[in-house]
Amino acid sequence: MVVMDPSGDIASQQAQLIVVSTLLMLLVIVPVIFLTFFFAWRYRQNNTEATYDPEWDHSTKLELVIWGAPLLIIIALGLITWISTHKLDPYRPLDRIDAERSIPEGVEPMTVEVVSLDWKWLFIYPEQGVASVNELVTPIDVPIRFQLTSARAMNSFYIPALAGQIYTMPGMRTTLNAVINETGTFKGFSANYSGAGFSHMNFEYHGVSDGDFEEWVNKVRSNGGTLDRDEYQELEKPSEKDPVSYYGMVAPDLYHAIVNRCVEEGSVCMDEMMSHHSHSKQASADTITPNFCLAESQPGTAVNTPSPFIQETENAR
Amino acid sequence: MQDNTDLTTLIFGRLTWESIPYHEPILVATFIAVAIGGIAVLGAMTYYKFWGTLWRDWITSIDHKKIGIMYVILGLVMLLRGFADALMMRGQQAMAFGESTGYLPPEHYDQIFTAHGVIMIFFVAMPLVTGLMNYIVPLQIGARDVAFPFLNNFSFWMTTFGAMLTMISLFIGEFAKTGWLAYPPLSGILGSPGVGVDYYIWSLQIAGIGTLLSGVNLIVTIVKMRAPGMSLMKMPVFTWTALCTNVLIVAAFPVLTAVLGMLSMDRMLGTHFFTNDMGGNMMMYVNLIWIWGHPEVYILILPAFGIFSEVVATFCRKRLFGYTSMVYATVVITILSYLVWLHHFFTMGSGASVNSFFGITTMIISIPTGAKIFNWLFTMYRGRIRFELPMMWTISFMITFVIGGMTGVLLAVPSADFVLHNSLFLIAHFHNVIIGGVLFGMFAGINFWFPKAFGFKLDTYWGKWSFWLWTIGFYVAFMPLYVLGLMGVTRRLSQFADPSLQIWFQVAAFGAVLILGGILTFIIQLVVSFRRREALKDVTGDPWEGRTLEWSTSSPPPEYNFAFTPVVHDTDAWADMKKHGYERPKDNFVPIHMPKNTGAGFILAAMSFVCGFALIWHMWPLAWLSFGAIVISAIVHTFNYNRDYHIPVEEVVRVEDERTRLLDGYA
Repeated sequence: MVVMDPSGDIASQQAQLIVVSTLLMLLVIVPVIFLTFFFAWRYRQNNTEATYDPEWDHSTKLELVIWGAPLLIIIALGLITWISTHKLDPYRPLDRIDAERSIPEGVEPMTVEVVSLDWKWLFIYPEQGVASVNELVTPIDVPIRFQLTSARAMNSFYIPALAGQIYTMPGMRTTLNAVINETGTFKGFSANYSGAGFSHMNFEYHGVSDGDFEEWVNKVRSNGGTLDRDEYQELEKPSEKDPVSYYGMVAPDLYHAIVNRCVEEGSVCMDEMMSHHSHSKQASADTITPNFCLAESQPGTAVNTPSPFIQETENAR
Repeated sequence: MQDNTDLTTLIFGRLTWESIPYHEPILVATFIAVAIGGIAVLGAMTYYKFWGTLWRDWITSIDHKKIGIMYVILGLVMLLRGFADALMMRGQQAMAFGESTGYLPPEHYDQIFTAHGVIMIFFVAMPLVTGLMNYIVPLQIGARDVAFPFLNNFSFWMTTFGAMLTMISLFIGEFAKTGWLAYPPLSGILGSPGVGVDYYIWSLQIAGIGTLLSGVNLIVTIVKMRAPGMSLMKMPVFTWTALCTNVLIVAAFPVLTAVLGMLSMDRMLGTHFFTNDMGGNMMMYVNLIWIWGHPEVYILILPAFGIFSEVVATFCRKRLFGYTSMVYATVVITILSYLVWLHHFFTMGSGASVNSFFGITTMIISIPTGAKIFNWLFTMYRGRIRFELPMMWTISFMITFVIGGMTGVLLAVPSADFVLHNSLFLIAHFHNVIIGGVLFGMFAGINFWFPKAFGFKLDTYWGKWSFWLWTIGFYVAFMPLYVLGLMGVTRRLSQFADPSLQIWFQVAAFGAVLILGGILTFIIQLVVSFRRREALKDVTGDPWEGRTLEWSTSSPPPEYNFAFTPVVHDTDAWADMKKHGYERPKDNFVPIHMPKNTGAGFILAAMSFVCGFALIWHMWPLAWLSFGAIVISAIVHTFNYNRDYHIPVEEVVRVEDERTRLLDGYA
């Protein structure tokens, strides 16, 4: 059971949380189940020896216990919830590599930019300048900061062995901080239904040593083509069961363009549109959330340029 | 030629011969079976000259008891459809490993899981709950009908025609392939250009109007029409839960109507509420749909809690323990159910404090819920428990529901939810509480109140078969899903690569077969009971030694429920009356003022169905026509002043004398 026995520190803490919470609740669940069986047996109709008290319908002491005991458990669980939710918040930078090791001075998290496409995963490594499709490789014991978005449908990025999931949404960016502690190959997939190709929207995640990671990056660099805007628009078209593929070069502003939905030539980026129209403060650094402003129809903006998707669905019909 | 095509498009919109799925063998076989069955039923109805009765006594009936029965029939019929979907999914998931792709392609499988969810919630659970409330609440509060009898009939037909709209999507066009809550952008016009999402939207819009109106109706009934002496704190617990449920309905369903309205505007008019571009934001939809969706699950479970409360007190032959805390628990749940919706999407990127807040409010709900469980438990304590079918369902519920409750609280811990969300663990959890809570409650209620509605008890032998098959089937079908969830398997997959998972899915599929047995034996139970109705007959009107007012009248109750409005002195009004040597009045009857049947509700709902169908297929002239017809019919109906009559005193005397004779014969 990978969820209960994962290989990354965040997922391990989450598994621990499941165990602790379950044990806390069993404190009340077990007696209830036991008492249900016991009372059902003890006060069965044929057992005339048992006390029968048809008018007994109130006891302040018992009421205190039946409201009080669950309340105490929920207070304990609530505290655990508050602390763990803040500590394991996916947006929060990590402060340790695992239970024993804290993060050494000067180690910065490695960034991976994730885009969920119909129906495949694109991983961009901005620091290495490479990208891969349907294969994710990171070095072990290095904090990783995933920046996630989606091209069309809403998906959920989930590697059970690594850490909990987080949604990927078009026009928005979510963040997940995590670390993998063991080398190995793990399953990753979308955990939020996103259409016909959803069942095959899987990828392999490899946790590798630093040296192996360098080697992998070099392999990608030497093998792959260039992921620029044209190439991305080609890649973005719906497809299923895509094999692993690599890009040795990535246009540096591509990810920003994907998040802001302006990959297409001539379209206006959402962040520019918002600063242009709303004159309000920019959205928080954590999540880019579009304000509700209508774009004016200007020649060459996204407004009157039909997106490739519209043309495609029309062709399909 | 060009003109001809334009005209066809104008009239038929998007509907063409291509929309009929005659190339799908599964659907064609289903259609043939449905057609043969349908023709057989229609033929039998004609042969037995049932049409007149059907129209006069049922379709146009505004009697809350008949409408209640029709709601339950609707729920049970739709259960067969919803369960057929479930069996197909279990079959597919048990097969589709490695090289095998199973027998359902994704475009079919995705419709099935969407339809399964929609049908089970909206057209099985809701009609069953509403049906029981409709039947029992007026009887429990000593009323002769609901506050707005015509509205009641109209609500029922809106729900039914909503269900029918979902059903015809099987044979004309397609259903949504989005999951039961149809999140955009997938459900937007770009993600789902077909008619499936439109079927989804308009089925729910039409049924939603029915639900909302029936909510208003029952609130007014409970608030205004209680028998003298029945203060709020003397109301039976089932009526209390019905009141809270209907308050939730009235507060929540407009949100559903609004959010689906916005989604259809995005789809039809090119607005940008939830689109990816132009300032739309799908997170708004997700929030709004769950602001309806979370109260919805309490709308379903609260009446079930009410049923268990009645059943436990009756079959333990004891007053309900902690009536007051039971009522407060219900009210607290009602209020808190509005403060937890975000727990359905902790993973959408909210901050830690927001997630913690909603996680903790969710856990707090478990306190009043736990109090309820303890109250039932201490009602059993020092009781004399009769293990009749309703009580068996209740015990099974108590065991099953606490397990589901526990996994629910676990999912409410945001950091734990990050690894369990959208997994089969979640699926196991909500089936655990909906089957183990709502459905077991409905079976308890049906077995409990069936003799009230029909004058004979349900057969125990087949009832026990059904009970055990359901209970065991549930555990076999859903415990493997908890395990699979912990193995990191997500929901809504139609194909799997890892062969080590297969055995769990096969066990789950076997569990589904056991549940099928539970459903079949339930049907056998109904048939056998009908055939043995003389042996199972109850003439007293009080077969279980009941405690509340519905047991004080005959079974089935006369059209007017009570010849004289009862006066209430205690929470368990009927037990109290029996204890103080209540004598049934045998003379001085007076004529009784009753509402008159009308076909207006059926006609309005039927035209709403046509309008919905036209909107789905973009048949604009038909849509305008039927919409105009709805408005005109509604106005015409307001001029119908011939809407009530008096049951003559002779008729009342005749009915009551008949009952006296039966009771004397019994004694």
